[in-house]
Amino acid sequence: MPIQLYRIDDRMIHGQVVVGWGQPLDIHLLVLVDDVVASSEWEQELYRMAVPPEMDIRFESVAGAAACHDEFAGDKRNSIFVVPDIPTMQRLVVAVPDIKSVNIGGLHHRAGRNQKLRYVFLTPDEEKMLSDLASKGVTVTAQDVPSARVVPLEELVSGEAAA
Amino acid sequence: MSDDARAVTPTAVVIGHGGFAAGLISAVEQITGRGALLIGLSNSGMTPQEMQHVMKGYIDEGIRVVFTDLPGGSATICARRVSAVSNGVVVVSGVNLPALLDFVFSPDMPAESAGRAALRGKESITVWGQG
Repeated sequence: MPIQLYRIDDRMIHGQVVVGWGQPLDIHLLVLVDDVVASSEWEQELYRMAVPPEMDIRFESVAGAAACHDEFAGDKRNSIFVVPDIPTMQRLVVAVPDIKSVNIGGLHHRAGRNQKLRYVFLTPDEEKMLSDLASKGVTVTAQDVPSARVVPLEELVSGEAAA
Repeated sequence: MSDDARAVTPTAVVIGHGGFAAGLISAVEQITGRGALLIGLSNSGMTPQEMQHVMKGYIDEGIRVVFTDLPGGSATICARRVSAVSNGVVVVSGVNLPALLDFVFSPDMPAESAGRAALRGKESITVWGQG
């Protein structure tokens, strides 16, 4: 399947995505799913200049990504979908039932969030949203880079992995 | 750190992944004694908003040059966001040691020196032998 990863990452396009995942998975297409970025030429230009020439980047709203999902899935190039937060991924999964696994790549500290991993902090509401995803049959795991251990949702939410 | 370096005001921020900035500045200090011209930051554990906030703070204090490591890295994206709303701020991505060494010898004109330093950094990447 050409779509290699559905990733939640508050930095969206950055080194771990472009290089850390991009090179080992031979990624040639990034799909950034964010309603704000999808409606802003300036934001798009910012991210467009952040990807290497051999990598294409598309900007989609959640609705746009859902409408184009089959096109991306049929693209011969390996791709990664990136969203900035859990609510966006939740909306995407509802709109695209084909999504069966979600990677949490980076959700950093902010007020109200508790540390779960070095690179994952969650509010109680966000934990519930992830559990809801899992209850819909989506496999939710955390992993910042390919060489890191895959942390299952249960372990992530329990906080055991942060200890 | 040399006594001269202690007396100078920083003229640029260096930000990157992990210990990238600290390592580069340490090398600049060892070679020139001018490491104090550079403020080192790591993006580790920081949200984009936190990075922007910290960078904006330094720019409000008069810093006009931001060096970053990876063109596609979060630090570069944050620096470009900050530069877009700040007059006269220069962002140089892909910085290396030769570029910083060139830069710290022109502390009075940092924004003008940044472009030349970037060229020096590019020119310094050389391959000998057969790859």
